[in-house]
Amino acid sequence: MMAVLGAIAVWLLGWWLNARLASGAYADTRAVRLAAPLIFGLTVIAIWELLVRGLDVPLVILPAPSVIWDRFWDSLPTLWADFVQTIIKGALSGYIIGCGCAFVMAIAVDRWDFLRLGLLPVGNFVAALPIVGTAPILVMWFGFDWHSKAAVVVVMVFFPMLVNTVAGLREASSMQRDLMETYAASYWQSFVKLRLPAAMPFIFNGLKISTTLALIGAIVAEFFGSPTLGMGFRISTSVGQLSLDMVWAEIVVAALAGTAFYGLVAIIEKAVTFWHPSQRG
Amino acid sequence: MKQVIAVLTVLAAIVGLWYAACVPMNIKGVLTEQERAGAQVQPPSAKDRRDLGEFGLIAGNSFAIPATWEQARPRLPAPHQVAVEMWKTTVQKKITSKRSLIYHAWVTLSATMLGFVIGTGLGILLAVGIVHSRVMDLSVMPWAIVSQTIPIIALAPMIIVVLYSVGIQGILPKAVISAYLSFFPVVVGMVKGLRSPDAMQLDLLRTYSANGSQRFWKLRLPASMPYLFTSLKIGIAASLVGAIVGELPTGAVAGLGARLLAGSYYGQTVQIWSALFAAALLAACLVGLLGVIERSVLKRMGMAQ
Repeated sequence: MMAVLGAIAVWLLGWWLNARLASGAYADTRAVRLAAPLIFGLTVIAIWELLVRGLDVPLVILPAPSVIWDRFWDSLPTLWADFVQTIIKGALSGYIIGCGCAFVMAIAVDRWDFLRLGLLPVGNFVAALPIVGTAPILVMWFGFDWHSKAAVVVVMVFFPMLVNTVAGLREASSMQRDLMETYAASYWQSFVKLRLPAAMPFIFNGLKISTTLALIGAIVAEFFGSPTLGMGFRISTSVGQLSLDMVWAEIVVAALAGTAFYGLVAIIEKAVTFWHPSQRG
Repeated sequence: MKQVIAVLTVLAAIVGLWYAACVPMNIKGVLTEQERAGAQVQPPSAKDRRDLGEFGLIAGNSFAIPATWEQARPRLPAPHQVAVEMWKTTVQKKITSKRSLIYHAWVTLSATMLGFVIGTGLGILLAVGIVHSRVMDLSVMPWAIVSQTIPIIALAPMIIVVLYSVGIQGILPKAVISAYLSFFPVVVGMVKGLRSPDAMQLDLLRTYSANGSQRFWKLRLPASMPYLFTSLKIGIAASLVGAIVGELPTGAVAGLGARLLAGSYYGQTVQIWSALFAAALLAACLVGLLGVIERSVLKRMGMAQ
């Protein structure tokens, strides 16, 4: 009972703190913008811990954050091996191959108008489909190891990346193209110096969407068969053994990996498209 | 017109490539079957055939090419095999039959729709809260954005097992996953939409001395519609993926995800492909339906381009 009351107290305290911050004089400073979500997150974790302890929630329903934390540090080697298998080998290699292929394809589509007219509606259509469904087929073709996961990721990231890159390559205005024409620039010169830089915000948009898709593809593909290693495998077997603390530890790893992957692409974007209005100021 | 021709050409090229790809994918299995049936296969021993590449086998056994499009359990079924299977399992089966694709699609669709409605409803509510409360904006919004970079689907098996252990089963666990996946895109899109009226428009309403709720119902909500529909389309596609993935880890017996899983266990590739196409059709119909609603709503509101 004490713990439940404590949870309510923590909630009120966190809310009061954030309300003070939000209506205070420093509400628009960077520190507050960073502190407010942190306080909110810590409050949620504290309430979670107190409620689980106070109400004696069994482990098979919801483990307390402290239990997850312990499990995370205890099984660090296992988690690391799973991370390498799923994220580095499966998701990352598939991501690079898929985005690379889509980029080359986008250049071809941009060059020939007929391809653009024909392939773009198909690409838009496919980008909305539940492509994770191809996972059982690709697992059957490429075996249980990371190759099949990479293949699923390639299929998943290809069309979003293609559609975004093609949209980006059409971004340079006709005035700018005409200017390149008056310089007697060749196709490749105007491509490298004008249209590729102009396409960069779109390309990075596609790359950022693809980071999440890559992780989803790699994890879901492991539900259809994998070696005794990998995050999707560990999640599905741990759920079967009702050791939910391990599942949560894997989810923590997945969340960290997803955020870091996205953040990395966002940092590269900032460096490459420093000239774009959305990156200034 | 030119566009229609182009799209048809691309589709024809895809189907052509598909048929062509069937030959090297299936040739080994076909040759083994043909040999058992007593045909003369080059080279005759199975070991030599394994070492020889697919294209070498095709060159030596061109008589077997038509058979690669007719296998019972091919590695890659030909388009017409998938089409025949879909025809058989939709039109020629009773809807109540366990082998009818329509039955399985309905199981998945009902979970998708329930989850989509829950997820969008909660998402819109949270977005309204975020727009009207500075505290929520500061503390919740960053988490909503970060959560989009996380493979939330990893939670799916756990949600199902946890809900099962507290006695909830059937359609609801899948709907929870669907709701969860469609929730965050709607929040982010709706916040953007509710903030889209510019300062001029808000000032105008202030000169009319409109109060908070009038500002919301007469300006913010109508202005957010285009954003809402964009995120609804993303949300429904995510909901469908959620419902399909939600059927995987528990060994569900009905639903498109269960069809995929059963097909992959028993090597029924034609069944996998037809379930996949059914899922694709379902997704296309749902997104298309939302597109139609979007167009008519925006037209009535005078916002269509």
